[in-house]
Amino acid sequence: MNWSSPVTHHLLIAVFGILGLSSLIGWILKRRAVTETGRATVQNLVSRTNSWWVMVIVLFTALSAGRTGTTLIFAAVSFLALREYLTVTPTRRADHAALFTAFFIVLPCQYWLVHTGWYGMFAIMVPVYAFVLIPMLTTLGGEVEDFLERNARTQWGLMVCVYFISHIPMLLTLEVEPLRMGPAGLILFLVAVTQGSDVFQYVWGKLCGRRPIVPRLSPKKTLEGLVGGVLTASLLGAAMFRLTPFPPWQAALVALALCIMGFFGGLVMSAIKRERGIKDWGTLIEGHGGMMDRIDSLCFSAPVYFHILRYFYTRD
Amino acid sequence: MLRSTAVLLTRLITGMNPAWVDCEPDHPGLRVYFANHGSHLDFAALWAALPHAVRERTRPVAARDYWGRTRLTRTVIEIFNGLLIAREGISRRDNPIEQMAAAMHEGHSLILFPEGTRSADGRIGEFKAGLYHLAGRVPEAELVPVHLQNLNRILPKGHLLPVPLISSVVFGPPMKLEAGERKQDFLARARQAVLNLTPGNPC
Repeated sequence: MNWSSPVTHHLLIAVFGILGLSSLIGWILKRRAVTETGRATVQNLVSRTNSWWVMVIVLFTALSAGRTGTTLIFAAVSFLALREYLTVTPTRRADHAALFTAFFIVLPCQYWLVHTGWYGMFAIMVPVYAFVLIPMLTTLGGEVEDFLERNARTQWGLMVCVYFISHIPMLLTLEVEPLRMGPAGLILFLVAVTQGSDVFQYVWGKLCGRRPIVPRLSPKKTLEGLVGGVLTASLLGAAMFRLTPFPPWQAALVALALCIMGFFGGLVMSAIKRERGIKDWGTLIEGHGGMMDRIDSLCFSAPVYFHILRYFYTRD
Repeated sequence: MLRSTAVLLTRLITGMNPAWVDCEPDHPGLRVYFANHGSHLDFAALWAALPHAVRERTRPVAARDYWGRTRLTRTVIEIFNGLLIAREGISRRDNPIEQMAAAMHEGHSLILFPEGTRSADGRIGEFKAGLYHLAGRVPEAELVPVHLQNLNRILPKGHLLPVPLISSVVFGPPMKLEAGERKQDFLARARQAVLNLTPGNPC
């Protein structure tokens, strides 16, 4: 991360300004809330804001530690997400070897590939090698029941929690046009737009949300929230174009694509939660639920963003 | 040192978040914690879930024919200050109830798995009579039902390497042997008390 660039300074002022402002608002509302539900809502806002402080500080620390630090932090994110995912997913004793391999062989290998920047192997390790290795190990468990489902679930977890998330630190290996803030700006753009889209959808939904889109999967996601949130986050993307190789209008378009991927990523993860009959993936992040609840929209947007950049914007 | 490492390691591997339902964690008196059994990690997890001061005077009860086998298993069980008892060949001189009662009279609480062995499929089996006899022998002790979940997935029977899933340890309201309560009734009631703590069960 290039600390001397004015772009970095503006970004830091904006991010910590917004966090400070939400903490201030939370503090004022806390003193004003009278009803029981009002207090609960404000408490939720305050814990969410506090968790955002932690997440933002962790992200900036990782990014300033360069590629190694960023890779390690996202490896930890993948580990915690995979842990939540597999805890909730029904497995059998016969899957033990496959699950152990997923945690302690596939995950470290994938992030080691990120660290070395070996793109060819990075791109095929999970979809090809893990795909054949996991059912190979499952067969040795000798259990027939739900055989296809069990393998599919494990492979899904690896794709979503490990493979897709590993595309975020892999952004640092792309050779795009010289960036004012350094390659860390690519990650910050992705995270700010995708997570911003979540926050704006929540806010627009609260303000004027009426028509739920898929009430059975996610009753709180409304059409008004989606349109308002996605447009606002696309504008945010356009405003952050200096972090990226895009001119403003392209930044808005890429942000739009990320928001749509993020929306469906969140919806898919929510559908899995409904299927399992749970509300949150875990209790790791106060006010948010688990790690998976926070990164569900990044799972789908990260790989698409990576390939947009790699295909259209890298020097060859 | 070895013990705090064991606690930290157990907590890391099992990702647990102990829950206490109508049960005081820092109870000063004698207790018997009894739980469902599906993994070698069970006693370590239950033990690590206790508050430090309580843990120091709580001993897991383990089968001597299994844990007393080799030097390695004996070393492991010593870290947890385990109490080894006989499952078979019980005589007046080698009586597990007397050994447990003696440990309790020295001021130790106990961790007990009344099924007697690890369940292979995660279902909770029938309880053996030991808990009933011990409750009659040490009537002042509180009996605390504990429900353990996912530990049998983290380290199933027959495996040596753990898969780091998230487990749950739920402590329930303490119970006692009622005056004149029959053995079968008491054991069924104790087993039901563990079942009632299944996460997601409205009770």
